Amino acid sequence: MSGEAASGALAGHGAEAAQAAGKAAEQAPGLMDHLPALVVLVPFLAAPLVVLLGARRLAWPVTFAAALFSLAAALALLSQVLGGAAISYHIGGWAPPLGIEYRIDAANAFVMVIVSAIAVAILPYARASIAAEIPARQHVLFHALFLLALAGLLGVSATGDAFNLFVFLEISSLSTYVLVAMGAYRDKRALTTAFNYLLMGTTGATFFVIGIGFLYMSTGTLNMADLAQLIAQQPGNRTIHAGFAFILVGMGLKVAMYPLHLWLPGAYSYAPSAVSAFLAATATKVAVYVMLRFLFSVFGPAYPFEASALGLVVLPLALLAMFAASFIAIFQVNFKKMLAYSSIAQVGYMLLGIAMLSQTALSGAIVHLFNHAITKATLFMVIGAYVLRAGGAFYRDIEGIGRVMPLTSAAGVIGGLSLIGVPGTAGFVSKWLLVQGALEKGWWWLALLVVASSLLAVVYVWKGIEVAYLRSPRDDVDRREAPLAMLVPIWVMAIATIWFGLSAEWTVGAARTAAEALMHGASEIVISGGVGR
Amino acid sequence: MRHHLILRVITKILAGTIMLFAFYVQFHGDYSPGGGFQAGVILAVAFILYGLVFSVETVQRVMPPWLVHRAMALGLLLYAGTGVAALLLGYNFLDYAALNAHDPEHGQELGILLVEGGVGITVTAVMLSIYYAFVGRTPVIGDEEW
Amino acid sequence: MQQGVSWEYLVGHANYWLFVLLMMTGLYIVVARGNFVKKVIGLNMFQSAVIMLYISMGKVAGGTAPIFPIHGEIDPATVYTNPLPHVLMLTAIVVGIATTSLALALIVRIREEYGTIEEQGIWEAEQEIAARERRQYGEVFGEGSQ
Repeated sequence: MSGEAASGALAGHGAEAAQAAGKAAEQAPGLMDHLPALVVLVPFLAAPLVVLLGARRLAWPVTFAAALFSLAAALALLSQVLGGAAISYHIGGWAPPLGIEYRIDAANAFVMVIVSAIAVAILPYARASIAAEIPARQHVLFHALFLLALAGLLGVSATGDAFNLFVFLEISSLSTYVLVAMGAYRDKRALTTAFNYLLMGTTGATFFVIGIGFLYMSTGTLNMADLAQLIAQQPGNRTIHAGFAFILVGMGLKVAMYPLHLWLPGAYSYAPSAVSAFLAATATKVAVYVMLRFLFSVFGPAYPFEASALGLVVLPLALLAMFAASFIAIFQVNFKKMLAYSSIAQVGYMLLGIAMLSQTALSGAIVHLFNHAITKATLFMVIGAYVLRAGGAFYRDIEGIGRVMPLTSAAGVIGGLSLIGVPGTAGFVSKWLLVQGALEKGWWWLALLVVASSLLAVVYVWKGIEVAYLRSPRDDVDRREAPLAMLVPIWVMAIATIWFGLSAEWTVGAARTAAEALMHGASEIVISGGVGR
Repeated sequence: MRHHLILRVITKILAGTIMLFAFYVQFHGDYSPGGGFQAGVILAVAFILYGLVFSVETVQRVMPPWLVHRAMALGLLLYAGTGVAALLLGYNFLDYAALNAHDPEHGQELGILLVEGGVGITVTAVMLSIYYAFVGRTPVIGDEEW
Repeated sequence: MQQGVSWEYLVGHANYWLFVLLMMTGLYIVVARGNFVKKVIGLNMFQSAVIMLYISMGKVAGGTAPIFPIHGEIDPATVYTNPLPHVLMLTAIVVGIATTSLALALIVRIREEYGTIEEQGIWEAEQEIAARERRQYGEVFGEGSQ
């Protein structure tokens, strides 16, 4: 490769990055049609660009610009589909079901907004956080991997092709394993954790591919909308039943459904703080979305095999997760690990909303995707700030830290309250919808169980508050507030937690549209994105 | 393996031939089994063989690690850039028909050629960087301990 | 499914038996073996089983290679095999290679840090660290003194 070619490519793509930095609205009207592809493509292109530039100073701005573009594009897409329409974009101009189709409806546009918004919020924070946790020579690679993980997660959400989904799932997973392993600069257990995560994640993804294979075998198509129609025609087909089971178990591994959760606590606690925050807020959420997509769009709630699988398998496991994981969380001595177990419990709530098979509960689950994402992002970012100043996330390290770092800790308390589901915080909204969904079905016992498991959350959150506020600070800690670059993202997230707790119309409205889109199958109104041949 | 005269002579002859074969596989992918993936691996084999027989340092004088990393990114950008070029020309992403306004089939052929070129560059670079990553590590444990 | 277990049933589903055997062997190795490299080999077998499943799925009895004659008319009597599963598996193979090389790279690092790649040894080392942490940090709630 001659230097000229490299610099030529450099200049060309520099212009592109500048374009990405601009608002979506400023672009040529032609590009608006390509948003379904661009939302994934821009972070995906930015990743090799960061490596090609190779300069540490440029890595962050390019990454941030790409994430910002994705957020703008995702918001634009969401506004287009909130009316209940769906956008269909044909990659390479090949029409589905043969070609790969990107299909955007309210459900996945909502998920894309979550993922890209969290990425935008975490990046300014990550800049300060990784400077302390990862050696400087790895920063370029960190940003490239972050972009790949982001592009993968967005791709999983955007695509309407079952196999393409697997490829994006693996792109995001592979980069996630490496990001987790980067925690080895602080604790060598990050390596074994990443390895275990890799084994389990790959097993899960392979199960998923086997399931897709069975579906393909009996329908001859990979397009999700097409699959849905063909599956509905053969309800008794045992191959499809087997495919359903493989997909459920495979995604169960990625979601961290209770007995399949073993990769999660380690991965979240030993990864660098910024990575924990990003993962906790996005990775499992996207996996839950895939589960939703398959359970409701591809198989459909009317699919006879599904109701029994959900009622007999997913519902008990969700309940088990809510109690067992919360219980384990109480006995942790490490703040990060406590939050990781609490994440498993919160995934339990989402699965509960899915398993109830009603529209209210389903919109509760979807709102919880969003609310839990911002709550957990707040909490993990707070912990990252503690790690930076106090040197660790053990309760011992953060004794009395509420007096040393009042602003950070106050945001942490807000996050904790939202985790419990106190009225006025985001966590309340989604739990309220779940309880409502349970009562609609007449399952009052389930409503009681949701409340009871929230009481367990009170215990572990209180434990954190007690340590942070009611102890005297240790002498050897750095007695400074977190740097501004960390404080601002933390507070943006904390304020969002309260904001979406007080005015829930937007989130609940979007979630209801999404739930409707999922429950009632493929949308009738299809806007064709891109350009026809 | 520096002292094996036969190995060294044969490697020197083979390295060029392997590269030539790699290009054959790359550009003949239109008509026969082949393409960027296979060609990339074969091309990387030429370098890896050279590195095995001589030393990693020698091969890194030809292909320094920074160049390998850049090439990895460049190939990927070439691939995706072809798709973006189609997008900018007013077609859908990855619609190679855009590359030739008069004859869409020629455009598709050109598109595939560019994409396979990108794939070839990336695969070569990835294979080499895997090799460098494993071989380039200073061993913490001696050979006799295994 | 209705014909029961007959000789035709057993032979006619040979590809599925092979798939089940390979898949279960691979998965068993992942779960049961303590050596990390062997776990990765098991994972590879598991993935190869899936590749077998897809490839055998694409086979059409009596079908030929799905290459259309250049500028020639396609004879409707010719039966072609289904190329789509092959293409899918090309991607799956690349994903598998990426996973394997990443896993091996992690194993190299684990070996450097822990001095072993046996699950037992690593488990013991980690238990030790965890116990030390509990002693050191557990006393906040008066749990660490035991």
